[in-house]
Amino acid sequence: MTNFTSQTLMSPTNQPYAFFPAKILSFVDETAIDRTFELEYTGNLQIGQFFQVSVPGVGEAPISISEYREGHLFMTIRRVGRVTDVIFDLKVGQNLFLRGSYGNGFLTENFVGSPVTVIAGGTGLAPVRGLIERLSHIQPESLELMVGFKSMADRLFVDTLQNWESKFKAKVTLDREETGWDGLTGLVTTHMDLLSFKDAKVRKYVVVGPPIMMKFVLIELLKRKVPEENIIVSFERNMSCGIGKCGHCKIDETYVCLEGPVFSYVKAKHLID
Amino acid sequence: MKLSNHQMNQWLDLLNQEGSVYGPILKKKGGSFSDLDRVVYGKVNQIEDLIVDQKSYFSPKELVFPMRETLFYFEENEARMPVTDEKPIFVFLRACDIHGLDRLDEIFLNNGPFKDPYYLNKRELIHTFLIGCETNFDNCFCVSMQTNQTDQYDAAFGFKGGEVHMTLSGDRLKRHEEKLLELGALKEDFSPAYVLENPTKVSIPPVGSVNKDDFVDTLWLSYSSRCIACGRCNTSCPTCSCFTMQDTAFAGGILGQRRRRWASCHIKDYSTMAGGHEFRKTNGEKMRFKTMHKINDYHKRFDKHMCVGCGRCDDVCPEYISFSKCINLLNEVVEKREGQQND
Repeated sequence: MTNFTSQTLMSPTNQPYAFFPAKILSFVDETAIDRTFELEYTGNLQIGQFFQVSVPGVGEAPISISEYREGHLFMTIRRVGRVTDVIFDLKVGQNLFLRGSYGNGFLTENFVGSPVTVIAGGTGLAPVRGLIERLSHIQPESLELMVGFKSMADRLFVDTLQNWESKFKAKVTLDREETGWDGLTGLVTTHMDLLSFKDAKVRKYVVVGPPIMMKFVLIELLKRKVPEENIIVSFERNMSCGIGKCGHCKIDETYVCLEGPVFSYVKAKHLID
Repeated sequence: MKLSNHQMNQWLDLLNQEGSVYGPILKKKGGSFSDLDRVVYGKVNQIEDLIVDQKSYFSPKELVFPMRETLFYFEENEARMPVTDEKPIFVFLRACDIHGLDRLDEIFLNNGPFKDPYYLNKRELIHTFLIGCETNFDNCFCVSMQTNQTDQYDAAFGFKGGEVHMTLSGDRLKRHEEKLLELGALKEDFSPAYVLENPTKVSIPPVGSVNKDDFVDTLWLSYSSRCIACGRCNTSCPTCSCFTMQDTAFAGGILGQRRRRWASCHIKDYSTMAGGHEFRKTNGEKMRFKTMHKINDYHKRFDKHMCVGCGRCDDVCPEYISFSKCINLLNEVVEKREGQQND
């Protein structure tokens, strides 16, 4: 743990690796290892873009933008490493340090007017949360969500999910049966028939989740004759710089940090790691 | 121009007062085995330091992209950039390595919306001193990669019979022309030598021709069993530019640094995400990734191959894996498949 975290760190401006402080306004523990931070931040950004979030002296990590409301930025962070361990030690009122936002996210206007189905796995729900929330106000009648979690304890945004279930066709499935759970069980791919495919020619399908989940969901969508251009995916890759220099996220000629993380499947299908 | 070694040394003194001169030098007992020397990049104080009859083990890229580089120093509540050296750097290097600098420029200066300020600072100080190539070295395939020649130098040199033959190019060293004549340099037409043919040749599959089937060809399996993922091919490569950010803190967290260090597609954890998922697990997949970047992916973005054919990766591989051979084998795989499709 370093002392930098408690202070406003002045960083040189006008250079791409410079960072700025963002005060933690609140946080909510979603699961034992996932925490949603509300940060003080005002700026132009897109849901699904990412920030390089850091604790100076500890390290940086790319974290996707989950939700943004005027002056309030929400990011759900999983405690899985050295940097996130330290981030979880921070208290309300302390600062996280950011640079970004980077990449291409989900622009709500690209979805408004089309029926939309979101298929998410686990923490994959985080980068699409803001998109779903917005569409749930604009066009709940044509919006669908199928989200899978390993278990009840792994669910993110439990209150929000309940709210969504009452407003539009939102389904939660757990990998296996569990006492106290009376919802769907089984992987998301086993419940594809609950989703709408009659309007597949015009419907947009957003797929976000672990690589293996995305692979099999995409197979199911293509089997159901969903046009490739109607499928939108979001990739997660190792990233160090976020600005097209460090090389980690490169697939073929594409840099996920620059051209992604949100891609049309038309492009994504050619990207083999 | 023509100079004696003595006159050249007087000029090197001048350059070393103005800035620093680097070039391939002999690091005594710096080799992988005991009592063996190694040719590496280092300070050149006199012409006798310069090794021109061998290829350097490492490339000159460290001058613009050091193995470890501090991006910020953290101190109390301030982050500051390191103080940068403003003095010129004069570096002796070969045509392939000048092309190598150009490949790094594309990544650090032209890829994405930002220029990398740390790279740019150093790059602007670099003055290229081309060493003409009279002969081939082992594993060179610059002719195939069209990097055997360049006119992108500030000065070019030839070293023969105890004399230095040279020419200045462009405006950056114009002020030195007079100094050289004052030192006794004689006027002489000179153009740097370059090789016209290498024993090692590569046939590169056309950009975009390698398909999904070729990605799972048994060719890559052989590299899974041979490559030990040591990353020497990447660290010796003049064009490998990948890095990882790394923070350190000390003095109870009051002082610290954010730095970057070389990372590479062959070395552990390159594609590993927090949580442990790894996109390329086998060494064959890593070899495929590197190969595709060097002779396909980069070309799609920048209209030239990343690989400059210096052959250092082949020189340094402890498993005797040849990259040029790999390119040729991949080309065979593509040609064979396309031949079958046409039958």
